[in-house]
Amino acid sequence: MTSPGKPLKTGPNGRPVRPFVMPASLGGKLYVWHLLLMRRAVQLGVLLLFVGTVRWGWELAGRPVLTGNLSSSELFGLVPLADPFATLQIMMTGHLPLQELLLGAVIILVFYALLGGRSWCSWVCPINMVTDLSAWLRRRLNISDMFHLSRNIRYTVLALALVLSVLTGVAAFEWISPISMLHRELIYGIGLGWTAVLGIFLFDLFILRNGWCGHLCPLGAFYALLGRLAQVRVGFDAPSCTHCGECARLCPEPQVLNLKEAAAAGMIASGECSNCGRCISVCPEDTLQFRLRYLIEPPNHSETTEPRQRRAA
Amino acid sequence: MNKQAAISRRDFFARVGQGAALAATGGLVWSYLLGQQAQATPYAIRPPGALAEAGFNASCIKCGQCVDACPYDTLKLATADSGIPIGTPYFIPRETPCYMCEDIPCVPVCPTGALDHALDDIDDSRMGLAVIDIENCLSWQGLRCEICFRECPLQGRAISIEHHPRRISKHAMFVPLVHSDACTGCGICEKACPTQKAAIRVLQADLVQGEIGDHYRLGWTIDSPITQDFKAAPDSAAGSAAATGLDYLNEGAP
Repeated sequence: MTSPGKPLKTGPNGRPVRPFVMPASLGGKLYVWHLLLMRRAVQLGVLLLFVGTVRWGWELAGRPVLTGNLSSSELFGLVPLADPFATLQIMMTGHLPLQELLLGAVIILVFYALLGGRSWCSWVCPINMVTDLSAWLRRRLNISDMFHLSRNIRYTVLALALVLSVLTGVAAFEWISPISMLHRELIYGIGLGWTAVLGIFLFDLFILRNGWCGHLCPLGAFYALLGRLAQVRVGFDAPSCTHCGECARLCPEPQVLNLKEAAAAGMIASGECSNCGRCISVCPEDTLQFRLRYLIEPPNHSETTEPRQRRAA
Repeated sequence: MNKQAAISRRDFFARVGQGAALAATGGLVWSYLLGQQAQATPYAIRPPGALAEAGFNASCIKCGQCVDACPYDTLKLATADSGIPIGTPYFIPRETPCYMCEDIPCVPVCPTGALDHALDDIDDSRMGLAVIDIENCLSWQGLRCEICFRECPLQGRAISIEHHPRRISKHAMFVPLVHSDACTGCGICEKACPTQKAAIRVLQADLVQGEIGDHYRLGWTIDSPITQDFKAAPDSAAGSAAATGLDYLNEGAP
């Protein structure tokens, strides 16, 4: 991108800033897209397991593979799984669900606490495919936002969902959730739920970039809170970063790419990061890679932790 | 208090006000949507063992596992345009009734208890109550239809046939009667009814059932408190007087 006359731009590490270049070969392209393709495979695979079990009676060793839907399901007729946020809303109505549901919710909580909270959003949630399409079209058509909205509003929506569950006696978000509507109707038969999905598509495309997933969705907010404990994170190798900014251009939650904080923590620590891996794919320096939090040592590890340990002892 | 602090405090309160107003208006619209949906619930015929509507609405997680378990594809999950709270299970008896499986497969798979796992006899389920439109019921026109009676899984208990004898210029009639103490609301009668629109229909019992109330005492029913009072009476002084009266009236009778 730099003209031959000018000196090369260099990053804070003294290395030249190189832009991301999409490889010309198919193999290279597939490598760039491999996380995206994996996400689509997981999203469609989960959906297919549900549809196959309900519509075509898929079984393994005589047991139904995956009955129910993403709100609550049973794996091989044995392992209960449940949406912890839906379970929490039901408990807020004053109804104590059966142990089976509570166990299912705990299993899912532990699963996403390990795999990174909002991994749910990028890797499983069916709405993600819709909002990704919006975001992609939006980049191509270069549409600007109609207004600004705080990304923290989702936490207000989350709190509101719980308060309204208490006040109205029904699981407030579950009763209007476009996520469940889309997923349910794909599995159990199409109704008018697609209109809610169309609404989200148009909202994200023309009104506010990443409007639903990045600003409003209380389920995403719930998993963002859980994501603070997440073990799988995008690691950040500060010395190799040239601050080229390619990652932030694609990131659906660009506020999580605070490079100063990332350098201090050695990773993208924010729970709002959904582990989608777009930044990993476009990083020209391989600064960003999936890492286990357990294995990440902050760069100034010894200086920051030792005095504190001594005081505690 | 300097001016700078006063302005920022004002700013702070304004922001708190804005946040609260946004939450309040959003919450009001949201709860209106919830209320709109909940209003439709009386028209849903729920799976066996479903808790009473408020409890069912609170606890159903809309997962569809009861739908998966139903071997007759009776149950459906409500779509956004079905006029029934979105995602909850229901069935339309005229299309596919509940065939009252003895092992009730839909109930134990419910993870939340919205379908009560204590239900162990399908005859105890109360999905709805069959109601007969006697203006359109063939039997009430004097035809020997009685299809609902013959199809009823609890024949003789949930639906019985009452004989209205022939009178001058009036046909004898054999008419079906539904008994709420046995009717499960399975809807097999509604499915079987041969009229163009079913003349026997399943509705939620609350929609159609009246209540006599405590202020009427049916003295002739054997378990009415008043009858029991009268029966206990012979031991008391007033009772023996009544007994004497009876004896007096019956004097000379064989």
